[in-house]
Amino acid sequence: MASPEGQSETAPRSAAPPLLDLKLVFVTGKGGVGKTTVAGALALLAAQRGQRVLACEIDPTGALAALFEVGPVGFAPREVAPNLFAMSMDTEASLREYLKHSLRVPLIGRIGPLATAFDFVATAAPGVRDILTVGKLCFEVRERTYDLVVVDAPATGHVVSLLAAPQAINELVKVGLIRSQTDWILQILSDHARTGVVAVTTPEEMPVAETIELTGRLQAETSVALSAVIVNRVLPELFGRREEEVFARLCEPDLAAQLSAAAGGDVGPILDGARLAVTLRRAGAVHLDALRDGLDPTVPLLLLPYLFTRFPGLRTTRQVASALSDELGF
Amino acid sequence: MPVISGQGQSTRASLDALLAAREIAITCGPGGVGKTTTAAATAAMAAAYQPGRVLVLTVDPARRLADALGVQGLGNAERRIPDELFREAGVTPRGELWAAMLDTKESWDALIRRHAPDARTRQQILQNPLYRNISGRFVQSHDYIAMERLYEIHAEGSYDLIVVDTPPSRHALDFLDAPKRMADFFSSRLLRWLIVPYRSRVMNLASKPFYQVADRLLGTQFLEDIAEFFILFNTLHEGFVQRAEAVGRLLEDRRTTFVVVSTLEAAPLREAELLAGALVDRRLHLGALVFNKVLPDYLRDPGAAEVARAIGERAGEIAGQLPTDPALTERLLVEIAESFLNLRIVARREAEQQADLGATPEVLASAPAFDTDIADLAGLLRLGRALWG
Repeated sequence: MASPEGQSETAPRSAAPPLLDLKLVFVTGKGGVGKTTVAGALALLAAQRGQRVLACEIDPTGALAALFEVGPVGFAPREVAPNLFAMSMDTEASLREYLKHSLRVPLIGRIGPLATAFDFVATAAPGVRDILTVGKLCFEVRERTYDLVVVDAPATGHVVSLLAAPQAINELVKVGLIRSQTDWILQILSDHARTGVVAVTTPEEMPVAETIELTGRLQAETSVALSAVIVNRVLPELFGRREEEVFARLCEPDLAAQLSAAAGGDVGPILDGARLAVTLRRAGAVHLDALRDGLDPTVPLLLLPYLFTRFPGLRTTRQVASALSDELGF
Repeated sequence: MPVISGQGQSTRASLDALLAAREIAITCGPGGVGKTTTAAATAAMAAAYQPGRVLVLTVDPARRLADALGVQGLGNAERRIPDELFREAGVTPRGELWAAMLDTKESWDALIRRHAPDARTRQQILQNPLYRNISGRFVQSHDYIAMERLYEIHAEGSYDLIVVDTPPSRHALDFLDAPKRMADFFSSRLLRWLIVPYRSRVMNLASKPFYQVADRLLGTQFLEDIAEFFILFNTLHEGFVQRAEAVGRLLEDRRTTFVVVSTLEAAPLREAELLAGALVDRRLHLGALVFNKVLPDYLRDPGAAEVARAIGERAGEIAGQLPTDPALTERLLVEIAESFLNLRIVARREAEQQADLGATPEVLASAPAFDTDIADLAGLLRLGRALWG
């Protein structure tokens, strides 16, 4: 890699490379915050800017495919937009691929019910599934097949164990091939110039609390850097202080009646709607402040607007990508 | 699919009636939809307006919710919510509200203590590094242990109603499968495969290739660690399997109902619908579908939309007829008209999605988006009243 090794380790996070200069980005967030949409949009943006991108969903829910309005994506990457390839993680397939590449295990069929056996070992040793996931992703980075790998990672509650798995396995397994494999995987994961986590949140109490907790856990339990926090669905400020005074007056019964007469219908619901929008916005602002307070100030904080047409699909993905592009200063 | 109440009474479509006829209500659904809060609000309502003892077993409450319930840092201990808190919220409760928080590790340890054949095995298991790893991080351990705790508390018979929050899991369905998976895991032929060679040091033809690969992947030491762990765990086999099966039966019991919680946003709703379908497929009782953060009806009023459009289009002219600053007022009118029409898009989409729902539970309930987060019992009761019907 171009950048000297030591630098990214010791430099403050503000010196972390711009998001799209990374090679491997894990996008996480509490359930329901739009993590998959942001992951898809980030991948799309990079592809639009000429990078060859792999987007990988860890939980095969099909949500990633829905973002690009294509049929189901499997383990084999499939081009879903120019320069953008999508795949769905399958740890068993990852194991097969690994055995084929690295072990040259003869007659794989004779292992018998590999699926069941694998399922069993994976259940017994929780990190096994995780390491096959992380291993496959790091493999793509090492082979440089893509300029950027964007991972629609598990939710905040689970992503730390995923990212900590190589270290955990490294400690549990003293010898064997897995052990030697974890060394290079760890090298890629802990290189802040190449790998980073993007935490997606919304301006709400629980998602913000989880994001702050995540930053602590990432630091304590993994060597992976937090590259950015993206706040999704931020409502616009409806009006400023002076307009607010006017609004308060318009809400008085006599003026509201005048307004209704001028508009040709009852403005009650419109005023209620404006109050609702202000209330929702204010509730969010409180949590946004809490997020700012709880975060290391050097971690870039990006805000994405609430999209009123928001519905998972290519159009939304493009809109989010464009908002992201603005926030990143392109 | 029409669902008949367990008591054979005619059912009224309200949460009130549903919970009065059940002993266990399991709230489940996708992440981020207010599941934990809904569980707490439902339990608070039941304790406020129905006689009897109600327990809410929460998994991972927001700090302020935990404070509101007084369960912060309490672990597995059940604690009574003082009646004063209800009175402060303006209610004299007819029943009692209790709350407990699930502590996964503590619950696992308790389970081991119960099933271990002797003190030595118990110690060996509790100290085994793999056990520690598994009890903390085992993919399904939260799911299983939540259901296990529920079984235990229900068996004690101290509560008339237990409302359970389900843990945040990768898939909303995980907790349903957890008991069976746990039983299968312990009955697995592979478990025996894994244990046998280290017991007898004799490999049979069937397991040999598996070992060769596993050995090369993981190293002999780790395999032996795993085997030792399972040999120990195998001593718990019978108790565990019976227990897991009993937990599974409890979920199917007619005294148990499921409350699926969601918002009307596309992704959570799709997940909630899948979950509701899976409950019905498994012949579990889909008691209620609860929607949180629903936008108010007036946003969908066609007349109001007309007015909003008129205000937006003729903002300058309308502002001129008002006694306020014309330029400011015009800008303001454009803003509020646009804001209304934006919110209307979301409200209409949500309503359409709700109308398209395939699932037909006994109760459909929804609550508005509240302007403040719920931080006390009064807030919980406010949400609860919106849902109660």
